[in-house]
Amino acid sequence: MGVSADRLSARLPGGDGALILAVFLALYAGFGLLGVLLGLDANGLASTLQRITFFAAVYALLALALNLQWGYAGLFNIGVAGFMAVGVYTMAMLTAPTDPGTGGLPGLGLPLPVGIVGGMLAAALVGALAALPALRLKADYLAIVTLALSEIIRIVYNSTSLRTFSIAGVDLGTGGSQGLALPTNPINALFYSDARSPASPPTALGEAAFGLFGAAGVQHTTVVDWTYTLVLVVFVWLFYRLLSRVGNSPFGRVLKAIREDELVARSLGKDTGRFKIKTFMLGCALMGLGGILWQGSQSYVSPNNFLPILTFYIFIALIIGGSGSNTGSVIGGALFVGLLFEGPTFVRRLVAQQIPLGDAPDTFVAAVEPLASLDVTPLLAYALGNLASLRFVLAGVVLVYFVQTRPKGLLGHRKEIAASVDLSERPNRPARADGGERR
Amino acid sequence: MSRAGGTAAVERAAEETETGTEAGPPAARPLRVRNLTKRFGGLTAVDGASFDVEEGSLTGLIGPNGAGKSTTFDCITGVRRPDGGSVHLYGEEITGLPPYAVAERGLVRTFQIARELKEMTVIENVMLAPKDQRGERLWRSVLPGPRRAVIEQERELRERAWETLEFFEIDHLAEEYAGNLSGGQRKLLELARALLTDPHVLLLDEPLAGVNPVLEEKLLGRIHDLRAEGYTFLLVEHDMDVIMNNCERVIVMHQGRVIADDAPAAIMEDERVIDAYLGANV
Ligand SMILES: Nc1ncnc2c1ncn2[C@@H]1O[C@H](COP(=O)(O)OP(=O)(O)OP(=O)(O)O)[C@@H](O)[C@H]1O
Ligand SMILES: [Mg+2]
Repeated sequence: MGVSADRLSARLPGGDGALILAVFLALYAGFGLLGVLLGLDANGLASTLQRITFFAAVYALLALALNLQWGYAGLFNIGVAGFMAVGVYTMAMLTAPTDPGTGGLPGLGLPLPVGIVGGMLAAALVGALAALPALRLKADYLAIVTLALSEIIRIVYNSTSLRTFSIAGVDLGTGGSQGLALPTNPINALFYSDARSPASPPTALGEAAFGLFGAAGVQHTTVVDWTYTLVLVVFVWLFYRLLSRVGNSPFGRVLKAIREDELVARSLGKDTGRFKIKTFMLGCALMGLGGILWQGSQSYVSPNNFLPILTFYIFIALIIGGSGSNTGSVIGGALFVGLLFEGPTFVRRLVAQQIPLGDAPDTFVAAVEPLASLDVTPLLAYALGNLASLRFVLAGVVLVYFVQTRPKGLLGHRKEIAASVDLSERPNRPARADGGERR
Repeated sequence: MSRAGGTAAVERAAEETETGTEAGPPAARPLRVRNLTKRFGGLTAVDGASFDVEEGSLTGLIGPNGAGKSTTFDCITGVRRPDGGSVHLYGEEITGLPPYAVAERGLVRTFQIARELKEMTVIENVMLAPKDQRGERLWRSVLPGPRRAVIEQERELRERAWETLEFFEIDHLAEEYAGNLSGGQRKLLELARALLTDPHVLLLDEPLAGVNPVLEEKLLGRIHDLRAEGYTFLLVEHDMDVIMNNCERVIVMHQGRVIADDAPAAIMEDERVIDAYLGANV
């Protein structure tokens, strides 16, 4: 990691796009190798790479949204999970059928696109609610307010009293701790004649795709999951484009000035509070959409999907890549998922397969004791058996490493010029010799 | 250069003399300060200061260190909220308005310690300044159709930005990060940036401090050019020669109060002024 990836991107033809592609190819090569060593078949490999791409894409989406707030405008939002939850729950409650069958929860029965837009708007509004009072105070207050709000949101969705309720005669429900059913993934409709049942006969497209990939040994569900994942990749591209436009515009220029010296921006006539609120709301809307796209792959959602640790992970992804850079956000998302999130699981499987570790000891002491006789197996088995905690420790170590030695992230400190045109392009002017008469 | 700003100030003054009575008697005065007071705990940094600045003038504001000049600027421009008194800009009360609202109304200041945006290039710094940029609306800078209009305006602004840099002879530094500029160049950048907001009145807090004599001459020349175009200046400066040779009127502050307000020659003779400076030096 000693080499600055920024210089690398300057040397790669194709610039940032090529850099992102290179990171993904490296991840695919790494996980492909692990998969082959594990003896996975074609379907196993395809599904592994799909999983990596899926999580890399959702973390990239959320890191990009956070980059807008934190990287561009210096707004410290540590309630990302809460805004995602608002997006997903609002979408689900807007689209749930008005008269659900037994055990189902009632909703407003609106079409999915309305639900998605509604979810984004709701997340943006909750964002405004949090930011309006907090932005008047010092920057740290926003952090405290968003963290608290995100937990309040989760607890509200978890509450039994809101499992079902009615407002003005309309029945609604959050499902409490049991969660809430999500609308059918529209991708299914591309492949199955009945979108709700993978057992139904495939559509013409489904027939063709299943036939083509089936010949290579790839199962139907893997084909469908890959399609959904590719849709997410398109959304990453859209987010990236959107945020690049925001950054490379007069609006982005004001954000940049706010981050550097807000009083200068204010003294030049910029109502900085409005810029910050708009930025915060857009970021929250994108977090809501990110949540919807993530959970949209599932059939149901519960409050446990939105623990504060999720926000922490998104921050790590952004910090690895370098806040302030959209390319960094995407790369950070991919590296976080590949190296910290999924990587350890695969390594464990591989180790468990190659080395007979026996039963993992129950306690840390029991794991460390045999070290005296130079027996590392129990410790290894213990570590691999407690992977979830180990991953947490690993994430912490990476965070400390980056904050200490590379606070600007892998891409280093990027100073992109905030303008929609090339500012170095000088207006044409006649040579001085002609008497200096201009126009 | 910037025809827009200069003539706007003149037009505005003309407009107000025509419609004069509407905004009350002192309407045409660019700046009217009355009984301005600012306390920091037990210290009264500005103590009932009152003065006017005339249209199209270059007025000096002097006083020993700690006299309250910068604090007066802060109170006028909304950086600090005054504890008392009033500020009128062209007859409109602006007391206590936030800085952006004051700037929007055409009163812009520079800072005693230059506040360039270090991680932005010189040209980026000046491009920040113009008012009413279309692309400052989030949706306009994002949606494909409106963004074309944004880009079009950015091209025009870029042209003005380059012209302004040429005017201050820092165009060769356009793509340099502002943090790499010398002290004097930073002062020029601040002034260039302030001008691009199309102000009517400019408050300059020691724009010549740290500027070498050659640059100082140049900067003063620029200020005179701009004044001829109709801009109004209030200038804080410690160098008496500069004040005496360039300003037609001088306001003297001491311990937060205005102790003299007269032509330079008269100021030089004024007992209170001499005492204030002598007292401060002992
Ligand atoms: N933020 C502050 N808190 C407390 N006291 C302050 C503050 N700012 C200024 N002062 C005090 O207010 C008085 C006026 O300061 P001010 O900076 O306005 O003077 P000045 O005339 O601009 O001086 P100089 O010529 O040195 O720039 C000084 O006594 C100063 O110490
Ligand atoms: Mg001062």
